[in-house]
Amino acid sequence: MKARFLIPLVLFLALAALLGVGLRLDPRDVPSVLIDKQASEFSLPDLFDPEKRVESAAMKGRVWMVNVWGTWCPECWREHDFLLYLARVEKFPIIGIDWRDDRDEALKFLNDKGNPFLAVGMDPESDAIMDLGVYGAPETFLIDKQGVIRKKHKGAMTLPVWRDEFKPLIEQLEKS
Amino acid sequence: MRVMALTLLLLIPLLVQARVEIHQFDDAAQEARYKQLIEELRCLVCQNQNLADSNAELAQDMRRITYEMVRRGETNEQIIDYMVSRYGDFVLYRPPLQRSTLMLWVGPFLILGTAVLVLVLFIRRRSTEQSQPLAAEDQKRARQLLDD
Repeated sequence: MKARFLIPLVLFLALAALLGVGLRLDPRDVPSVLIDKQASEFSLPDLFDPEKRVESAAMKGRVWMVNVWGTWCPECWREHDFLLYLARVEKFPIIGIDWRDDRDEALKFLNDKGNPFLAVGMDPESDAIMDLGVYGAPETFLIDKQGVIRKKHKGAMTLPVWRDEFKPLIEQLEKS
Repeated sequence: MRVMALTLLLLIPLLVQARVEIHQFDDAAQEARYKQLIEELRCLVCQNQNLADSNAELAQDMRRITYEMVRRGETNEQIIDYMVSRYGDFVLYRPPLQRSTLMLWVGPFLILGTAVLVLVLFIRRRSTEQSQPLAAEDQKRARQLLDD
C-alpha cells in the first residue's frame, strides 16, 4: 500500500466535486410536472372590465403564452419591455394573469408602460395560477394549438431565453 | 399636554391587528385532518416551511384550498393528489419512496452500515496485532528513562 497517503486527498477531491455540483444546483428550482400536459382552463375577470371574462378556451388553435405577473414583483417590471417587444415586433399573443395584485396599480402600470397582453385576467386568490403550478412571478408558459403546455420559464423573459428556447419551439409548433 | 400625549401613545397598540385565520369545521376529525395536511404540505415560496408555518400569500391560498377540500369531504389522498399534480412531489414534506428518492431513504443506513463495518475491521485488526516484546537494549533504556 504505497499510495495509502493518497486516500485522504482522493476523499477530499470526491467531496469537493460533490459539493461543487451541489453549489451549481438551484434548490429553489422545482421542476414543473405540467410540461407536455393539457393546460387547465381558466376563466378570470378581465382587468380592464371586471364584468367580462378572460378565458383560455378563446386561444384554442393558436400557439400562445401565459404570463403570470404582478406589480409587486420586481422582475416583472424588468421583463416588461421585452414583453412589449414580443407583442409589438414579434406580434406574439400573450395573455396576462395579474396575480394577487391591486387592480388600480395594475391598470396604472399598463397605462404608463404599455400593454403587451391580448387580455389580462385578475387572479386575486391564486385559483388559476395554482392550476398552473406557479409559485413565483413572473412565470411564462408556452401553450400549443391543442392547449398543451410545451414550455415554462421562471423569472424574467429575456432575449436569450426567447431566442434559444422559445422561438425554435414556437416555429415548430406553428407548423404542426 | 403630557397626559394627552401619553394617552395617544397608549392608543397606538389598538391600531395593530393580528390576523388569525378562523376556520369552521363540521367535526373534530375534519379539523385534525386539515391540521395534519397543512403540516405535511410544503410551502413553495419559503421552501423550508410547511403550509402551517408559512405566512406567504401563496401558502395562505393553498391553506384555503386545503380547507375547502376538507370541508367538501375529499379524502387526504385526493387533496394530496391535487397538490402533487400541480407542484410535483416537492410539495410533500415526506417524499414518497421511489427511484429518484431512493438514496434519500436508504442513504443514511448505507452510511451507518459502512461506518460500523469500518469500525469492526479497525478494532479487529488492532486486537490481532500482538505487541512485540521489547529488545533487551530498549528495556534498559526505558528503565533508565523512568528512573531519571
